[in-house]
Amino acid sequence: MRASSRVVAESDRSRGTRLAVLRSESPLLLRRTGAAPAGGGPVTVHLVGGGAGPLRGDELRLEIEVGPGASLELRSVAAQLALPGRGHLPRSRLHVSATVAAGGSLRWLPEPLIAAAGCDHLAVTRVEVADGGSLLWRDDLVCGRHGEDSGDVRVDTTIRYAGSTLYRHELSVGPSAPGWSGAAVLGGGRASGTVVAVPAALLPAATSGPGDFAVMPLAGPGALATAVGGDIRSVHAALNPLCEPAATLEPATG
Amino acid sequence: MSLATLLVLADGRLPAGGHAHSGGLEPQVSAGRVRDVGQVAEFLRGRLATSGLVAAAFAAAACDRPSRSLELDAGFDARTPSPAQRKASRAQGRALLRAARAMWSLPPVGREPHQPVALGVVASAAGLSPTEAAVAAAHGTVSGAASAAVRLLGLDPYAVHGLLARLAPDCDRIAAGAAARAGDPVDDLPAAGAPLLDIGAELHATWEVRLFAS
Repeated sequence: MRASSRVVAESDRSRGTRLAVLRSESPLLLRRTGAAPAGGGPVTVHLVGGGAGPLRGDELRLEIEVGPGASLELRSVAAQLALPGRGHLPRSRLHVSATVAAGGSLRWLPEPLIAAAGCDHLAVTRVEVADGGSLLWRDDLVCGRHGEDSGDVRVDTTIRYAGSTLYRHELSVGPSAPGWSGAAVLGGGRASGTVVAVPAALLPAATSGPGDFAVMPLAGPGALATAVGGDIRSVHAALNPLCEPAATLEPATG
Repeated sequence: MSLATLLVLADGRLPAGGHAHSGGLEPQVSAGRVRDVGQVAEFLRGRLATSGLVAAAFAAAACDRPSRSLELDAGFDARTPSPAQRKASRAQGRALLRAARAMWSLPPVGREPHQPVALGVVASAAGLSPTEAAVAAAHGTVSGAASAAVRLLGLDPYAVHGLLARLAPDCDRIAAGAAARAGDPVDDLPAAGAPLLDIGAELHATWEVRLFAS
């Protein structure tokens, strides 16, 4: 299955943010949710799964564009479950690309990606934030459903800010990734999550623990929170408080 | 190419400070995740496939074109979210340059580059190839941690060196791949990460008493 969906958020002088484009193809269905924000808060869009998968052979693209002064929050209604599909097909791919203009704000807070046994999935993220834009980018990964071995998933993320690469990270899990369940990568953990923030002040100051959790200032003007847990609940416990609905993103007006 | 020169550069006795670092093993031993030779083996496999792959790629690229070292250094920063790991890598890069200046004539490179970038530049000055720089980098990411495992856990050094021997073909394969991609744009170079190494490095940096610097 091939699908390409796109959302463009623009600033509207009278109503805060408006969605200039909201185009969906199954299974990447985008739905605006919630009331129109008063006082310039973010517009919320939910990703609604329109089919099983991703499955082998799927080639999915999601494009997100946040214009100057616009504020967009993207969530999903349910976890994304990567499934095996037919073995002769190429691995499934989801390519998410996002741009955030100066003064724009994007919060990407989807439910986890679950690597079902036998899946072979590549998730590629490319984010370009202009100088003066703000970003909160969350990705959670669960290695196998309950009591199940993990399939193969590679999450490949590049986040650039003001023309320089701020964060470049790949995480590979599953039987094709050497040592992924050893103590260097996830140990006994079956869930992990990251939040990348620009500017760094969107996350709390650097800290480590409790548990396998740390907030780290990046070399560039951003920060990373990362958590590893036995299941997704401990990752939620560590990272959800960092992703609360954030009036804090909006500069005071008036 | 000189095999003996490669041995000089990759020798664990090179006075470049490597013995002071556990390659992220010490916090995982303390957390109880690594207790025996089998768990050391899995740690080393994961470390080689992540940090080892990235170090090999950056060493090969810096060896291929030492003039790209600043750009590569920024790319390595973007792949190293943990400030403690960045600090440890730069300290080892600086120590390597200090040792190397007494051995070969080095081109200009920052004062404190990341260790794999320094290794690539030094390998180039020593007349080595990107593949050789990469194999030294890949081997170095596991050999330091392996010797730390013997010290931290009192394991049988023969058994632990057996692990290194079994990882040698993987080091060769990673190095060949790294050399083939040495000219790629920096964003396209490998970026394999290891969350527990990042988290462990941050926790470890807060300890008042520790055996290893990282």
